[in-house]
Amino acid sequence: MTLKFLFYASIAFVSTHAIAQPAKTLQQSIARGKVVYNQVCNSCHQADGGGVPNMNPPLIKSKWVAGDKKALINIVLNGFSEKVAIDGDYYSNSMPSQSQLTDLQIADVLTFVRNNFDNKASAILPQNVKMCRKKQ
Amino acid sequence: MKTIKLFAGLFLLLFCLSACAQPGSKSNVADGSNAGLILPKGFAAIKLADNVGKSRHIAITPQGDIYVKQLAANGNKGILLLREEKGTGRAPIIKSFGDYGGTGIAIKNGYLYASSDVDIFRYKLDDKGVVIDPAHPEKIVTGLLERHEHESKSIVLDDEGYIYTNIGAYSNSCQEQDRVKGSPGMQPCPILDSAGGIWRFRADVPNQTYATGTRYATGLRNVVGLHWNKSTNSLFVMMHGRDQLHDLFPQYYDEKQSAELPAETMYELHNGSNCGWPYMYYDQQKHQKMLAPEYGGDGVKQGGENAQDPIVAFPGHLAPNGLLFYTGTMFPEKYRNGAFIAFHGSWNRAPEKQKGYLVAFVPFKNGKPSGDWEIFANNFAGINDITSPRQAAHRPCGLAQGPDGALYVSDDVKGAIYKITYSAK
Repeated sequence: MTLKFLFYASIAFVSTHAIAQPAKTLQQSIARGKVVYNQVCNSCHQADGGGVPNMNPPLIKSKWVAGDKKALINIVLNGFSEKVAIDGDYYSNSMPSQSQLTDLQIADVLTFVRNNFDNKASAILPQNVKMCRKKQ
Repeated sequence: MKTIKLFAGLFLLLFCLSACAQPGSKSNVADGSNAGLILPKGFAAIKLADNVGKSRHIAITPQGDIYVKQLAANGNKGILLLREEKGTGRAPIIKSFGDYGGTGIAIKNGYLYASSDVDIFRYKLDDKGVVIDPAHPEKIVTGLLERHEHESKSIVLDDEGYIYTNIGAYSNSCQEQDRVKGSPGMQPCPILDSAGGIWRFRADVPNQTYATGTRYATGLRNVVGLHWNKSTNSLFVMMHGRDQLHDLFPQYYDEKQSAELPAETMYELHNGSNCGWPYMYYDQQKHQKMLAPEYGGDGVKQGGENAQDPIVAFPGHLAPNGLLFYTGTMFPEKYRNGAFIAFHGSWNRAPEKQKGYLVAFVPFKNGKPSGDWEIFANNFAGINDITSPRQAAHRPCGLAQGPDGALYVSDDVKGAIYKITYSAK
Protein backbone atom coordinates (compact mmCIF):
# COMPACT_ATOMS: atom_id res chain seq x y z
CA MET A 1 0.00 0.00 0.00
CA THR A 2 2.69 2.47 1.04
CA LEU A 3 4.78 1.45 -1.91
CA LYS A 4 1.90 1.92 -4.27
CA PHE A 5 1.22 5.36 -2.79
CA LEU A 6 4.83 6.37 -3.12
CA PHE A 7 4.89 5.14 -6.69
CA TYR A 8 1.86 7.22 -7.71
CA ALA A 9 3.00 10.18 -5.69
CA SER A 10 6.35 10.17 -7.43
CA ILE A 11 4.70 9.93 -10.86
CA ALA A 12 2.47 12.82 -9.96
CA PHE A 13 5.45 14.82 -8.75
CA VAL A 14 7.51 14.14 -11.84
CA SER A 15 4.70 14.94 -14.24
CA THR A 16 3.66 18.20 -12.58
CA HIS A 17 7.28 19.21 -12.35
CA ALA A 18 7.82 18.40 -16.01
CA ILE A 19 4.82 20.53 -17.01
CA ALA A 20 5.57 23.31 -14.56
CA GLN A 21 9.11 23.76 -15.80
CA PRO A 22 8.28 24.77 -19.45
CA ALA A 23 5.31 26.79 -18.22
CA LYS A 24 7.65 28.77 -16.04
CA THR A 25 10.08 29.18 -18.90
CA LEU A 26 7.23 30.36 -21.13
CA GLN A 27 6.12 32.92 -18.57
CA GLN A 28 9.68 34.20 -18.24
CA SER A 29 10.02 34.51 -22.00
CA ILE A 30 6.70 36.40 -22.21
CA ALA A 31 7.81 38.74 -19.41
CA ARG A 32 11.12 39.48 -21.16
CA GLY A 33 9.27 39.83 -24.46
CA LYS A 34 6.99 42.48 -23.00
CA VAL A 35 10.02 44.63 -22.19
CA VAL A 36 11.29 44.29 -25.76
CA TYR A 37 7.80 45.06 -27.11
CA ASN A 38 7.57 48.27 -25.11
CA GLN A 39 10.99 49.42 -26.29
CA VAL A 40 10.84 48.45 -29.94
CA CYS A 41 7.29 47.73 -31.12
CA ASN A 42 4.95 49.81 -28.99
CA SER A 43 5.25 53.12 -30.84
CA CYS A 44 3.85 51.67 -34.10
CA HIS A 45 1.83 48.64 -32.99
CA GLN A 46 0.54 50.40 -29.83
CA ALA A 47 0.15 49.19 -26.25
CA ASP A 48 -2.97 47.16 -27.05
CA GLY A 49 -1.50 45.64 -30.22
CA GLY A 50 -4.15 47.54 -32.17
CA GLY A 51 -1.71 49.16 -34.59
CA VAL A 52 -2.76 52.33 -36.41
CA PRO A 53 -5.70 52.15 -38.84
CA ASN A 54 -4.49 52.19 -42.46
CA MET A 55 -0.86 52.65 -41.40
CA ASN A 56 0.54 50.03 -39.01
CA PRO A 57 -1.10 46.58 -38.93
CA PRO A 58 -2.84 45.30 -35.81
CA LEU A 59 -1.45 42.27 -33.99
CA ILE A 60 -4.77 41.38 -32.36
CA LYS A 61 -6.20 37.92 -33.19
CA SER A 62 -3.84 37.87 -36.11
CA LYS A 63 -3.04 34.87 -38.26
CA TRP A 64 0.23 36.61 -39.18
CA VAL A 65 1.16 36.54 -35.50
CA ALA A 66 -0.26 33.18 -34.48
CA GLY A 67 0.49 31.41 -37.77
CA ASP A 68 3.72 30.12 -39.32
CA LYS A 69 6.71 30.76 -37.06
CA LYS A 70 9.27 31.16 -39.84
CA ALA A 71 7.17 33.72 -41.72
CA LEU A 72 6.75 35.72 -38.53
CA ILE A 73 10.44 35.56 -37.60
CA ASN A 74 11.37 36.66 -41.13
CA ILE A 75 9.15 39.76 -40.87
CA VAL A 76 11.08 40.82 -37.78
CA LEU A 77 14.47 40.01 -39.34
CA ASN A 78 13.82 41.56 -42.76
CA GLY A 79 11.14 44.15 -42.15
CA PHE A 80 8.03 44.34 -44.28
CA SER A 81 6.91 46.72 -47.01
CA GLU A 82 4.53 44.70 -49.18
CA LYS A 83 1.02 45.97 -49.69
CA VAL A 84 -1.25 43.32 -48.22
CA ALA A 85 -4.83 43.39 -47.04
CA ILE A 86 -5.58 42.33 -43.48
CA ASP A 87 -9.30 41.80 -42.92
CA GLY A 88 -9.97 43.99 -45.95
CA ASP A 89 -7.81 46.94 -44.87
CA TYR A 90 -4.44 48.02 -46.22
CA TYR A 91 -1.56 49.31 -44.13
CA SER A 92 0.87 51.75 -45.69
CA ASN A 93 3.87 52.21 -43.40
CA SER A 94 6.97 50.11 -43.96
CA MET A 95 8.27 48.10 -41.03
CA PRO A 96 12.06 48.32 -40.66
CA SER A 97 14.22 45.27 -40.10
CA GLN A 98 14.81 44.53 -36.43
CA SER A 99 17.73 42.19 -37.05
CA GLN A 100 19.83 44.14 -34.56
CA LEU A 101 17.89 42.35 -31.80
CA THR A 102 19.43 39.14 -30.40
CA ASP A 103 17.93 35.73 -31.14
CA LEU A 104 16.66 35.62 -27.56
CA GLN A 105 15.06 39.07 -27.80
CA ILE A 106 13.27 38.17 -31.04
CA ALA A 107 12.13 34.82 -29.61
CA ASP A 108 10.87 36.54 -26.46
CA VAL A 109 9.01 39.37 -28.15
CA LEU A 110 7.32 37.01 -30.61
CA THR A 111 6.41 34.64 -27.80
CA PHE A 112 4.93 37.67 -26.01
CA VAL A 113 2.75 38.72 -28.97
CA ARG A 114 1.76 35.10 -29.68
CA ASN A 115 0.43 34.91 -26.12
CA ASN A 116 -1.21 38.32 -25.93
CA PHE A 117 -3.68 40.49 -27.84
CA ASP A 118 -6.14 37.55 -28.12
CA ASN A 119 -3.51 35.34 -29.73
CA LYS A 120 -2.71 31.86 -28.43
CA ALA A 121 0.16 30.11 -30.14
CA SER A 122 3.28 28.13 -29.28
CA ALA A 123 6.45 29.78 -28.04
CA ILE A 124 9.24 30.77 -30.40
CA LEU A 125 12.69 29.69 -29.28
CA PRO A 126 16.05 31.37 -29.93
CA GLN A 127 17.12 28.38 -32.07
CA ASN A 128 14.10 29.02 -34.37
CA VAL A 129 15.38 32.56 -34.93
CA LYS A 130 18.94 31.32 -35.45
CA MET A 131 17.75 28.93 -38.19
CA CYS A 132 15.98 31.77 -40.03
CA ARG A 133 19.05 34.01 -39.80
CA LYS A 134 21.24 31.25 -41.25
CA LYS A 135 19.06 30.88 -44.30
CA GLN A 136 19.40 34.55 -45.23
CA MET B 1 -51.21 39.97 -7.52
CA LYS B 2 -50.61 38.13 -10.73
CA THR B 3 -52.39 40.85 -12.68
CA ILE B 4 -50.30 43.57 -11.08
CA LYS B 5 -47.13 41.70 -11.97
CA LEU B 6 -48.33 41.24 -15.51
CA PHE B 7 -49.16 44.95 -15.83
CA ALA B 8 -45.81 45.92 -14.35
CA GLY B 9 -44.06 43.64 -16.80
CA LEU B 10 -46.07 44.92 -19.73
CA PHE B 11 -45.38 48.51 -18.75
CA LEU B 12 -41.66 47.83 -18.51
CA LEU B 13 -41.68 46.16 -21.92
CA LEU B 14 -43.55 49.04 -23.54
CA PHE B 15 -41.21 51.55 -21.90
CA CYS B 16 -38.16 49.68 -23.20
CA LEU B 17 -39.60 49.38 -26.69
CA SER B 18 -40.36 53.06 -26.97
CA ALA B 19 -37.02 54.06 -25.48
CA CYS B 20 -35.09 51.73 -27.78
CA ALA B 21 -37.06 52.63 -30.86
CA GLN B 22 -36.40 56.33 -30.38
CA PRO B 23 -33.13 56.79 -32.34
CA GLY B 24 -34.42 54.99 -35.41
CA SER B 25 -37.74 56.72 -35.72
CA LYS B 26 -36.72 60.23 -34.73
CA SER B 27 -35.53 62.66 -37.35
CA ASN B 28 -31.91 63.70 -37.09
CA VAL B 29 -32.40 67.45 -36.63
CA ALA B 30 -30.41 69.29 -34.01
CA ASP B 31 -31.40 67.90 -30.61
CA GLY B 32 -28.78 69.64 -28.47
CA SER B 33 -26.47 66.63 -28.42
CA ASN B 34 -24.38 68.05 -31.32
CA ALA B 35 -23.78 64.48 -32.50
CA GLY B 36 -21.45 64.05 -29.53
CA LEU B 37 -19.19 66.98 -30.44
CA ILE B 38 -18.15 69.77 -28.10
CA LEU B 39 -18.50 73.16 -29.84
CA PRO B 40 -18.28 76.86 -28.96
CA LYS B 41 -21.47 78.61 -27.85
CA GLY B 42 -24.05 79.16 -30.58
CA PHE B 43 -22.79 76.31 -32.81
CA ALA B 44 -24.68 73.09 -33.44
CA ALA B 45 -23.69 69.87 -35.18
CA ILE B 46 -25.60 67.01 -36.74
CA LYS B 47 -24.40 63.79 -38.32
CA LEU B 48 -25.81 63.91 -41.84
CA ALA B 49 -24.60 60.39 -42.55
CA ASP B 50 -22.83 57.58 -40.74
CA ASN B 51 -21.08 54.34 -41.64
CA VAL B 52 -20.83 55.26 -45.34
CA GLY B 53 -17.24 53.94 -45.48
CA LYS B 54 -13.86 55.51 -44.68
CA SER B 55 -14.45 59.05 -45.89
CA ARG B 56 -11.38 61.12 -46.75
CA HIS B 57 -11.90 64.54 -48.35
CA ILE B 58 -15.26 66.10 -49.26
CA ALA B 59 -16.48 68.76 -51.68
CA ILE B 60 -19.83 70.59 -51.67
CA THR B 61 -21.61 71.74 -54.83
CA PRO B 62 -23.17 75.22 -55.10
CA GLN B 63 -26.51 73.40 -54.65
CA GLY B 64 -25.36 71.88 -51.34
CA ASP B 65 -24.81 68.28 -52.44
CA ILE B 66 -21.85 66.48 -50.87
CA TYR B 67 -19.24 64.52 -52.84
CA VAL B 68 -17.26 62.17 -50.59
CA LYS B 69 -13.97 60.53 -51.61
CA GLN B 70 -13.70 57.06 -50.13
CA LEU B 71 -10.39 55.56 -49.05
CA ALA B 72 -11.33 52.27 -50.73
CA ALA B 73 -13.42 51.78 -53.87
CA ASN B 74 -15.29 48.71 -52.55
CA GLY B 75 -16.19 47.84 -56.12
CA ASN B 76 -17.49 50.94 -57.78
CA LYS B 77 -18.08 53.16 -54.77
CA GLY B 78 -14.92 55.26 -54.70
CA ILE B 79 -16.96 58.47 -54.76
CA LEU B 80 -20.32 58.98 -53.05
CA LEU B 81 -22.85 61.71 -53.74
CA LEU B 82 -24.97 62.58 -50.71
CA ARG B 83 -27.99 64.87 -50.78
CA GLU B 84 -29.44 66.36 -47.61
CA GLU B 85 -33.15 65.80 -47.17
CA LYS B 86 -34.51 69.08 -45.93
CA GLY B 87 -35.93 68.94 -42.44
CA THR B 88 -34.68 65.46 -41.58
CA GLY B 89 -31.02 66.28 -41.02
CA ARG B 90 -30.03 63.23 -43.03
CA ALA B 91 -28.12 62.98 -46.29
CA PRO B 92 -28.63 59.60 -47.97
CA ILE B 93 -26.34 58.36 -50.74
CA ILE B 94 -28.02 59.13 -54.07
CA LYS B 95 -25.16 58.06 -56.36
CA SER B 96 -21.90 56.13 -56.11
CA PHE B 97 -19.24 55.65 -58.76
CA GLY B 98 -15.48 55.45 -59.33
CA ASP B 99 -13.48 52.21 -59.23
CA TYR B 100 -10.57 53.71 -57.27
CA GLY B 101 -9.96 54.57 -53.64
CA GLY B 102 -8.14 57.74 -52.69
CA THR B 103 -8.24 61.00 -50.77
CA GLY B 104 -8.49 64.10 -52.95
CA ILE B 105 -11.72 65.69 -54.19
CA ALA B 106 -12.52 69.23 -55.35
CA ILE B 107 -15.05 71.16 -57.44
CA LYS B 108 -14.01 73.95 -59.81
CA ASN B 109 -15.53 75.62 -62.88
CA GLY B 110 -18.20 72.98 -63.47
CA TYR B 111 -15.97 69.96 -62.93
CA LEU B 112 -15.52 67.46 -60.12
CA TYR B 113 -11.84 66.52 -59.64
CA ALA B 114 -10.88 63.38 -57.70
CA SER B 115 -7.65 61.50 -57.09
CA SER B 116 -6.49 57.95 -56.56
CA ASP B 117 -3.02 57.53 -55.03
CA VAL B 118 -1.57 57.58 -58.57
CA ASP B 119 -3.87 59.57 -60.89
CA ILE B 120 -6.11 62.64 -60.95
CA PHE B 121 -9.45 62.50 -62.80
CA ARG B 122 -12.17 64.98 -63.61
CA TYR B 123 -15.88 64.66 -64.36
CA LYS B 124 -18.11 67.26 -66.01
CA LEU B 125 -21.02 68.38 -63.82
CA ASP B 126 -24.47 69.31 -65.09
CA ASP B 127 -26.13 72.58 -64.07
CA LYS B 128 -27.41 70.88 -60.89
CA GLY B 129 -23.90 69.87 -59.86
CA VAL B 130 -24.38 66.18 -60.71
CA VAL B 131 -21.71 64.17 -62.56
CA ILE B 132 -22.89 63.61 -66.14
CA ASP B 133 -20.87 60.53 -67.10
CA PRO B 134 -19.57 58.83 -63.96
CA ALA B 135 -18.10 55.86 -65.86
CA HIS B 136 -15.86 57.93 -68.15
CA PRO B 137 -13.81 60.53 -66.31
CA GLU B 138 -11.04 62.40 -68.06
CA LYS B 139 -7.59 61.48 -66.73
CA ILE B 140 -5.79 64.76 -66.06
CA VAL B 141 -2.61 63.54 -64.35
CA THR B 142 -1.17 60.03 -64.38
CA GLY B 143 1.75 58.07 -62.92
CA LEU B 144 2.29 59.87 -59.63
CA LEU B 145 4.59 58.08 -57.23
CA GLU B 146 2.92 55.70 -54.78
CA ARG B 147 5.18 53.65 -52.50
CA HIS B 148 2.73 52.84 -49.71
CA GLU B 149 4.02 55.40 -47.21
CA HIS B 150 2.36 58.86 -47.40
CA GLU B 151 0.65 57.74 -50.56
CA SER B 152 -2.48 59.89 -50.54
CA LYS B 153 -2.80 62.65 -53.15
CA SER B 154 -4.75 65.66 -51.94
CA ILE B 155 -5.83 68.19 -54.56
CA VAL B 156 -6.77 71.85 -54.73
CA LEU B 157 -7.29 74.31 -57.60
CA ASP B 158 -6.46 78.01 -57.95
CA ASP B 159 -8.27 80.65 -60.03
CA GLU B 160 -5.76 80.56 -62.88
CA GLY B 161 -6.41 77.08 -64.21
CA TYR B 162 -3.90 75.09 -62.17
CA ILE B 163 -4.38 72.04 -59.98
CA TYR B 164 -1.98 71.29 -57.11
CA THR B 165 -1.30 67.91 -55.55
CA ASN B 166 0.78 66.63 -52.67
CA ILE B 167 3.25 63.87 -53.41
CA GLY B 168 4.27 62.60 -49.99
CA ALA B 169 7.75 61.30 -49.22
CA TYR B 170 7.89 57.51 -49.09
CA SER B 171 10.01 57.82 -45.96
CA ASN B 172 9.94 59.21 -42.45
CA SER B 173 13.16 61.23 -42.53
CA CYS B 174 15.08 60.12 -45.65
CA GLN B 175 17.31 57.74 -43.71
CA GLU B 176 19.43 55.28 -45.69
CA GLN B 177 17.19 52.67 -44.04
CA ASP B 178 13.74 54.07 -43.33
CA ARG B 179 12.85 54.08 -39.63
CA VAL B 180 15.96 52.11 -38.60
CA LYS B 181 17.50 53.29 -35.35
CA GLY B 182 20.57 55.45 -35.95
CA SER B 183 20.54 55.10 -39.76
CA PRO B 184 21.99 58.31 -41.28
CA GLY B 185 20.12 60.63 -43.64
CA MET B 186 20.88 60.49 -47.36
CA GLN B 187 22.74 63.56 -48.60
CA PRO B 188 21.23 64.96 -50.74
CA CYS B 189 17.89 63.31 -50.16
CA PRO B 190 17.03 61.62 -53.51
CA ILE B 191 13.33 61.39 -52.64
CA LEU B 192 12.87 65.12 -53.26
CA ASP B 193 13.17 64.70 -57.06
CA SER B 194 9.83 62.95 -57.30
CA ALA B 195 8.14 63.32 -53.91
CA GLY B 196 8.22 65.29 -50.66
CA GLY B 197 6.58 68.32 -52.21
CA ILE B 198 3.67 69.92 -54.03
CA TRP B 199 3.39 69.48 -57.80
CA ARG B 200 1.37 71.76 -60.09
CA PHE B 201 -0.42 70.78 -63.31
CA ARG B 202 -2.87 72.38 -65.71
CA ALA B 203 -6.43 71.64 -64.63
CA ASP B 204 -7.70 71.06 -68.17
CA VAL B 205 -4.98 69.11 -69.98
CA PRO B 206 -5.30 65.32 -70.15
CA ASN B 207 -2.60 62.76 -69.31
CA GLN B 208 -0.03 65.05 -67.76
CA THR B 209 2.93 63.40 -66.02
CA TYR B 210 5.93 64.45 -63.93
CA ALA B 211 7.56 65.54 -67.21
CA THR B 212 4.93 68.19 -67.86
CA GLY B 213 4.21 69.19 -64.25
CA THR B 214 6.08 71.64 -62.05
CA ARG B 215 7.55 70.91 -58.66
CA TYR B 216 5.88 73.94 -57.07
CA ALA B 217 7.25 73.50 -53.54
CA THR B 218 9.71 71.08 -51.94
CA GLY B 219 10.90 69.99 -48.51
CA LEU B 220 7.41 68.91 -47.47
CA ARG B 221 7.40 65.46 -45.89
CA ASN B 222 3.70 64.80 -46.27
CA VAL B 223 0.75 67.12 -46.79
CA VAL B 224 -2.84 65.91 -46.58
CA GLY B 225 -4.65 69.16 -45.74
CA LEU B 226 -4.18 71.96 -48.27
CA HIS B 227 -6.35 74.87 -49.41
CA TRP B 228 -6.28 77.86 -51.72
CA ASN B 229 -6.57 80.97 -49.56
CA LYS B 230 -8.68 83.44 -51.53
CA SER B 231 -7.79 86.40 -49.34
CA THR B 232 -4.05 86.02 -50.07
CA ASN B 233 -4.51 84.27 -53.44
CA SER B 234 -1.94 81.66 -52.41
CA LEU B 235 -1.61 78.00 -51.48
CA PHE B 236 -1.55 77.04 -47.80
CA VAL B 237 -0.64 73.56 -46.61
CA MET B 238 -0.43 71.62 -43.36
CA MET B 239 2.62 69.36 -43.11
CA HIS B 240 2.79 66.16 -41.08
CA GLY B 241 6.05 66.42 -39.13
CA ARG B 242 8.47 63.52 -38.86
CA ASP B 243 7.95 60.59 -36.48
CA GLN B 244 9.99 58.70 -33.90
CA LEU B 245 12.68 61.07 -32.61
CA HIS B 246 13.09 58.90 -29.51
CA ASP B 247 12.86 55.50 -31.25
CA LEU B 248 15.54 56.46 -33.76
CA PHE B 249 17.76 58.74 -31.64
CA PRO B 250 17.17 57.90 -27.96
CA GLN B 251 20.49 59.52 -27.04
CA TYR B 252 19.02 62.96 -27.88
CA TYR B 253 15.29 62.69 -27.18
CA ASP B 254 13.35 61.08 -24.34
CA GLU B 255 9.84 59.68 -24.83
CA LYS B 256 8.15 62.86 -23.59
CA GLN B 257 10.11 65.11 -25.97
CA SER B 258 9.41 62.69 -28.79
CA ALA B 259 5.68 62.84 -28.05
CA GLU B 260 5.58 66.65 -28.34
CA LEU B 261 8.15 67.21 -31.12
CA PRO B 262 8.39 68.18 -33.86
CA ALA B 263 5.62 70.65 -34.68
CA GLU B 264 2.86 70.04 -37.20
CA THR B 265 3.34 73.10 -39.38
CA MET B 266 1.29 75.39 -41.60
CA TYR B 267 3.07 76.98 -44.57
CA GLU B 268 2.12 79.55 -47.17
CA LEU B 269 3.66 78.40 -50.43
CA HIS B 270 4.79 80.12 -53.61
CA ASN B 271 6.49 78.72 -56.68
CA GLY B 272 9.91 77.51 -55.50
CA SER B 273 9.13 77.33 -51.77
CA ASN B 274 11.36 75.05 -49.69
CA CYS B 275 10.15 73.95 -46.26
CA GLY B 276 13.29 72.06 -45.25
CA TRP B 277 12.37 68.39 -44.86
CA PRO B 278 14.27 66.09 -44.27
CA TYR B 279 17.25 68.18 -43.16
CA MET B 280 15.39 70.01 -40.41
CA TYR B 281 12.28 70.00 -38.27
CA TYR B 282 10.49 72.79 -36.45
CA ASP B 283 10.52 72.93 -32.63
CA GLN B 284 7.36 74.74 -31.55
CA GLN B 285 8.62 75.07 -27.97
CA LYS B 286 11.87 76.82 -28.91
CA HIS B 287 10.30 78.47 -31.98
CA GLN B 288 13.33 77.35 -33.97
CA LYS B 289 14.25 75.34 -37.03
CA MET B 290 16.34 72.42 -35.80
CA LEU B 291 18.91 70.27 -37.58
CA ALA B 292 17.46 66.75 -38.01
CA PRO B 293 19.38 64.09 -36.05
CA GLU B 294 19.83 62.09 -39.27
CA TYR B 295 21.91 65.02 -40.53
CA GLY B 296 24.02 65.70 -37.45
CA GLY B 297 21.41 67.30 -35.20
CA ASP B 298 21.23 66.59 -31.48
CA GLY B 299 18.10 68.38 -30.32
CA VAL B 300 20.13 71.57 -29.71
CA LYS B 301 21.75 72.49 -33.05
CA GLN B 302 19.66 74.69 -35.29
CA GLY B 303 19.22 74.04 -39.00
CA GLY B 304 17.17 74.83 -42.07
CA GLU B 305 18.91 78.12 -42.92
CA ASN B 306 17.41 78.09 -46.41
CA ALA B 307 14.01 76.80 -45.39
CA GLN B 308 11.06 79.09 -44.89
CA ASP B 309 9.43 79.51 -41.51
CA PRO B 310 6.03 78.05 -40.75
CA ILE B 311 3.03 80.37 -40.41
CA VAL B 312 1.62 78.39 -37.48
CA ALA B 313 3.21 75.57 -35.42
CA PHE B 314 1.02 73.04 -33.60
CA PRO B 315 2.03 70.30 -31.12
CA GLY B 316 3.55 67.18 -32.64
CA HIS B 317 1.88 64.21 -34.30
CA LEU B 318 -1.71 65.53 -34.27
CA ALA B 319 -1.91 64.68 -38.00
CA PRO B 320 -3.54 67.60 -39.86
CA ASN B 321 -5.57 66.01 -42.66
CA GLY B 322 -7.89 68.86 -43.63
CA LEU B 323 -7.42 72.63 -44.10
CA LEU B 324 -10.06 75.22 -44.97
CA PHE B 325 -10.08 79.00 -45.05
CA TYR B 326 -13.56 80.10 -44.08
CA THR B 327 -15.20 82.63 -46.41
CA GLY B 328 -18.82 82.24 -45.31
CA THR B 329 -21.00 84.67 -43.42
CA MET B 330 -22.97 82.18 -41.30
CA PHE B 331 -20.26 82.02 -38.60
CA PRO B 332 -19.42 85.11 -36.49
CA GLU B 333 -17.01 87.75 -37.82
CA LYS B 334 -14.09 86.21 -35.88
CA TYR B 335 -14.08 83.20 -38.21
CA ARG B 336 -13.99 85.16 -41.49
CA ASN B 337 -10.89 84.24 -43.56
CA GLY B 338 -9.56 82.18 -40.64
CA ALA B 339 -8.25 78.62 -40.96
CA PHE B 340 -9.99 75.45 -39.81
CA ILE B 341 -7.74 72.42 -39.47
CA ALA B 342 -9.01 68.84 -39.15
CA PHE B 343 -6.60 66.91 -36.93
CA HIS B 344 -6.91 63.20 -37.64
CA GLY B 345 -5.33 62.34 -34.25
CA SER B 346 -1.93 61.04 -33.26
CA TRP B 347 -0.35 57.61 -33.01
CA ASN B 348 3.26 58.59 -32.58
CA ARG B 349 2.91 59.86 -29.01
CA ALA B 350 2.99 56.36 -27.45
CA PRO B 351 3.62 55.54 -24.65
CA GLU B 352 2.18 58.99 -23.82
CA LYS B 353 -1.57 59.44 -24.37
CA GLN B 354 -2.66 60.16 -27.94
CA LYS B 355 -3.98 63.61 -28.89
CA GLY B 356 -5.80 65.37 -31.70
CA TYR B 357 -9.06 63.95 -33.05
CA LEU B 358 -10.43 67.50 -33.26
CA VAL B 359 -11.00 70.48 -35.53
CA ALA B 360 -8.88 73.52 -34.62
CA PHE B 361 -9.24 77.15 -35.64
CA VAL B 362 -6.68 79.92 -36.26
CA PRO B 363 -7.97 83.49 -36.71
CA PHE B 364 -6.43 85.42 -39.64
CA LYS B 365 -6.29 89.13 -40.46
CA ASN B 366 -4.76 90.48 -43.66
CA GLY B 367 -3.48 87.03 -44.56
CA LYS B 368 -1.57 86.47 -41.29
CA PRO B 369 -2.60 84.70 -38.07
CA SER B 370 -4.11 87.26 -35.68
CA GLY B 371 -4.22 85.06 -32.58
CA ASP B 372 -3.32 81.66 -31.12
CA TRP B 373 -4.86 78.48 -32.42
CA GLU B 374 -7.80 77.08 -30.47
CA ILE B 375 -9.91 73.95 -30.38
CA PHE B 376 -13.11 74.50 -32.38
CA ALA B 377 -14.79 71.09 -32.43
CA ASN B 378 -13.72 68.33 -30.07
CA ASN B 379 -14.64 64.84 -28.93
CA PHE B 380 -14.80 63.13 -32.32
CA ALA B 381 -13.10 60.16 -30.62
CA GLY B 382 -15.92 59.86 -28.08
CA ILE B 383 -13.50 59.10 -25.22
CA ASN B 384 -11.14 61.25 -23.17
CA ASP B 385 -8.03 59.14 -22.75
CA ILE B 386 -6.86 57.57 -25.97
CA THR B 387 -3.97 55.17 -25.61
CA SER B 388 -4.37 53.58 -29.05
CA PRO B 389 -5.85 55.24 -32.17
CA ARG B 390 -8.30 52.41 -32.84
CA GLN B 391 -10.18 53.45 -29.69
CA ALA B 392 -11.37 56.61 -31.47
CA ALA B 393 -14.95 56.27 -32.72
CA HIS B 394 -14.38 59.00 -35.32
CA ARG B 395 -11.32 60.73 -36.79
CA PRO B 396 -11.75 64.06 -38.61
CA CYS B 397 -10.20 64.03 -42.08
CA GLY B 398 -11.82 66.37 -44.63
CA LEU B 399 -13.36 69.84 -44.40
CA ALA B 400 -15.69 71.69 -46.74
CA GLN B 401 -17.84 74.82 -46.67
CA GLY B 402 -21.45 74.70 -47.78
CA PRO B 403 -23.10 77.40 -49.91
CA ASP B 404 -24.84 78.73 -46.79
CA GLY B 405 -21.57 78.86 -44.82
CA ALA B 406 -22.05 75.64 -42.82
CA LEU B 407 -18.87 73.65 -42.13
CA TYR B 408 -18.78 69.98 -43.08
CA VAL B 409 -16.37 67.47 -41.53
CA SER B 410 -15.75 63.92 -42.78
CA ASP B 411 -14.56 60.99 -40.68
CA ASP B 412 -12.51 58.09 -42.00
CA VAL B 413 -13.05 55.49 -39.28
CA LYS B 414 -16.46 54.29 -40.42
CA GLY B 415 -17.56 57.30 -42.40
CA ALA B 416 -19.61 59.93 -40.61
CA ILE B 417 -20.37 63.28 -42.27
CA TYR B 418 -20.92 66.13 -39.80
CA LYS B 419 -22.53 69.47 -40.55
CA ILE B 420 -21.76 72.34 -38.17
CA THR B 421 -23.96 75.43 -38.22
CA TYR B 422 -24.23 78.64 -36.23
CA SER B 423 -27.21 80.65 -35.15
CA ALA B 424 -27.01 83.69 -32.90
CA LYS B 425 -29.42 83.44 -29.98
